[in-house]
Amino acid sequence: MINRAFDFLARRIDGPLMAAIALTVALGLTVVYSASGGGSFDRVLSQSRNLAFALVALWLFAQVHPQTLMRLAFPAYVAGLALLVGVALFGEVRNGARRWLNLGFTTLQPSEVMKIAVPLALAWYFHRHEEGVRLRDFALAGVMLAVPVALIAREPDLGTALLVFASGFFVIFLAGLSWRVLLSILVAGAAAVPFIWPMLHDYQRQRILTLLDPTQDPLGAGYHIIQSTIAIGSGGILGKGWLNGTQAQLDFVPERSTDFILAVFGEEFGLIGNVILIVLYVLIIARGMMIAANASTVFARLTSGAITLTFFTYAFVNMGMVSGILPVVGVPLPMISYGGTALLSVLAGFGILMSISTHKQLVSS
Amino acid sequence: MMVGQALRDPRRELTIFRNRMLVAGLAILVAFGVLVARFVWLQVVQQQYYHTLAEQNRISVVPVVPSRGLILDRNGRVLAANYSAYTLEITPSKVPNVEEAIDALSKVIEVSPRDRRRFRKLEEESKNFESLPIRTRLTEEEVARFAVNRFRFPGFEIKARLFRSYPEGEIASHAIGYIGRINDADLERIDQAGLAANYKGSDHIGKLGIEGAYEKELHGVTGSEQVEIDAGGRPIRSLSRTEPQSGDNVVITIDLELQKIAEEAFGDYKGALVAIDPRNGDVLALVSKPDFDPNLFVDGIDPQNWDALNNSPDKPLNDRALRGQYPPGSTIKPFMALAALESHKRSPSYTIFDPGYFTLPGVSHRYRDWKKGGHGRVDMHKAIVESCDTYFYGLANELGIDAIHDYLSRFGFGTRTGIDIEGELPGLAPSPQWKMQRFGQKWYAGDTVSVGIGQGYMLATPMQLAAATAMLANGGIPVHPHLLKAIQDAKTHEDHPYVPPAGSRAPIVSAANLAIIRSAMEDVTKPGGTAAQTGAGASYSIAAKTGTAQVVAMKQGERYDEKRMKREHWDHALLIAFAPADNPRLALAILVENGEHGGSTAGPIARAVFDYYLTGRKPVIKSLPPPPETGSIQEEEEHD
Repeated sequence: MINRAFDFLARRIDGPLMAAIALTVALGLTVVYSASGGGSFDRVLSQSRNLAFALVALWLFAQVHPQTLMRLAFPAYVAGLALLVGVALFGEVRNGARRWLNLGFTTLQPSEVMKIAVPLALAWYFHRHEEGVRLRDFALAGVMLAVPVALIAREPDLGTALLVFASGFFVIFLAGLSWRVLLSILVAGAAAVPFIWPMLHDYQRQRILTLLDPTQDPLGAGYHIIQSTIAIGSGGILGKGWLNGTQAQLDFVPERSTDFILAVFGEEFGLIGNVILIVLYVLIIARGMMIAANASTVFARLTSGAITLTFFTYAFVNMGMVSGILPVVGVPLPMISYGGTALLSVLAGFGILMSISTHKQLVSS
Repeated sequence: MMVGQALRDPRRELTIFRNRMLVAGLAILVAFGVLVARFVWLQVVQQQYYHTLAEQNRISVVPVVPSRGLILDRNGRVLAANYSAYTLEITPSKVPNVEEAIDALSKVIEVSPRDRRRFRKLEEESKNFESLPIRTRLTEEEVARFAVNRFRFPGFEIKARLFRSYPEGEIASHAIGYIGRINDADLERIDQAGLAANYKGSDHIGKLGIEGAYEKELHGVTGSEQVEIDAGGRPIRSLSRTEPQSGDNVVITIDLELQKIAEEAFGDYKGALVAIDPRNGDVLALVSKPDFDPNLFVDGIDPQNWDALNNSPDKPLNDRALRGQYPPGSTIKPFMALAALESHKRSPSYTIFDPGYFTLPGVSHRYRDWKKGGHGRVDMHKAIVESCDTYFYGLANELGIDAIHDYLSRFGFGTRTGIDIEGELPGLAPSPQWKMQRFGQKWYAGDTVSVGIGQGYMLATPMQLAAATAMLANGGIPVHPHLLKAIQDAKTHEDHPYVPPAGSRAPIVSAANLAIIRSAMEDVTKPGGTAAQTGAGASYSIAAKTGTAQVVAMKQGERYDEKRMKREHWDHALLIAFAPADNPRLALAILVENGEHGGSTAGPIARAVFDYYLTGRKPVIKSLPPPPETGSIQEEEEHD
């Protein structure tokens, strides 16, 4: 009976990946407890509920056949695009950004949907042109990517736009866009910086400037970075110990349970903790890449590759910003930060990875 | 490589994909490598630096203000004490609209117009980031009522603080002085003295009197507490604490009971009294009337009270005993006589005939004696007992101004006595050099004649008169009046008694000459003397000399008639005295403004003080009759 239940739960679950995920989310709950001041389980309980939902999503996605996903990919993309247009037209403004759409019964942030819908749709697109991909096809794929990214960036939500762009770009990159074109785009992008700069919002410019010199504005925009680097640096090799980080516990680290949770972790668990976390991420990414390399269809390959690389982007951008080498772009630390949406999209992505990993025999040609 | 060309070979497609994955994998390793390097840099190389920053973030050093030393009278009676009370303070920079907030506050606890005025005055004088008291001495109930409404008042804070209080109120206020909030001038002095660290957290400082002069001893040593704070600056817990060192207690020479009796004896008169123990210079009573309540200054005086004190024509804030410079009048005569004896210009038995006036040879101007018709034949004894002006006009003329200046200086006239509180003025023992410097005029013989009876350019403070009188009383030994009796070390509880300044203890006049003067001064309080009433019925003998200081100068041929003059132009009455005459234990100088005759107004004050101090008898205060606004003063037998 118990065996059968276990078999049911373990159906189409990738063992190594699941083990790494379990370790990471457990670590996440531990840090969330500390980051919420210790002594209160409210946040831990609430994050556990988020985790339960996300695990259900993971399991469900793992059961869905990649073929089915591929069929749903383009309709999902179109629907997501429609929602983004809806946001631009009727969206709710919160904290100066128009990101939410009120559907009457719930509010939705369509840009989150696009984090999965965009790579799926692009993978579907390249899968359809399996027999021959021309430069023209890449151009069209570029447009498919640029439209939602531009809509999200306009909200403005630079962090999500960046991640959606990354997820789509990875599909294009893995589909084999030539290095020459990639380099040309890179050069053109660099050349465009002076033209894009004036189009950025003040706060976006400020974030980049603050990154270059945090001390310029120590009480304003630079405060986050200064305090988080102090927290991490003062943690030393071994850390100050769980619940003992002074920067974290005395509230010097802003947004300490969400985007800046790495500062709490780094302060309390030190260099050793940081390296362990990076190792966990590397294990997950390595497993994802193995799944991608062994996937049997173009769609499965591109999807699983892009999901894995996007996950890396999440982790790297967050760790880079909290440790002061990348600008502050509201990206949470995957599977550690408090918050349900990001956890849901990350674990749903892993569900797709597992589906691809466990369904490949059935579709092998 | 495959641009423009279709991918037909799935194997080739797979190879490209795997190559791309390999590139991505390498990029990922490089990226995480960069991150690890960054963490090593922060957490290993720079760890010490960030550790220091984190400690600075969380640890705040808070000063712990010491409790101020007490001020005690010579018998241990408390003159200045501390009590703990709650204040409600506002940091104006944290309150958008202070006026509105105070209006709202006044609905929760009482805020009087006086509180508002005082707060506004403090606000004008202070820096914005300071917290300033709006209400002091809150009751427990008020504290509770505010606490309930606390959320409505950001920038308001209840603080428990030590307050200074002066339980005796106005009594001896000029000697005790007061403390007040530290102002910019105080800050500068503190900085220059290198005491800035010790005054962190202190917001009061001694301003005047003993509070000002012994600020260093009274203040104590500020302690500190290391407090862990959160990002909002709220204290979380104490990490370590260095206890403050309480200020030393200051015991002063004032005898509170004697002081009270002296002050009461003045009634409604203005004036000053200085009582000195001639044997050691202890100031036993120091009166300046009118006085003020030092408690008003403690939490910052409000403008109304300040104006009342500062602009009053009676000048209650002016310490008349130290800063009032008056012509000493006839009280100077014993010193003049002594100068004449010492310089062999007069023998005690030498007599003159007094027709009621004195003239300089070849000048028609008449220097009048106070007694119409004169005193007849007068020797030195009689000249002092009856205060004969004519005798001293001639004596001064014979002595000459240089000798007069010399002898007056020996008794301390013209220089500060060095009393150990601030503000003393030096008076004036005139000399030809002084006149040339001051007015660019030469000295005339007539100037000397006026100085002979303590008028003209001569000025003395009551403190100087008292010190000089003490020297008559103690056999001519220099006296250093002082208020400090002892410092009670707060740490060791040892008493460090007052140490007199080094200097000669040798008499400056011969004992024989002094005896002549003292005997005459004794007879001043006997029947026939100008202060006969003062000595009447006393169980001990009093040596004294009366005096009158003119407030307005009389024209030649004009007679002083108080009935026709404004009261504030009436003469000041003076009296110097010591008792018991044969073994003096107390020397006094008394000035009664517009008191007219030394014997009639200053005499009863002297008697009340002596009676209490020498016999322990508290006089049924037969305080002086209230000074009449207009009209006549009773005929007195005594005259000056």
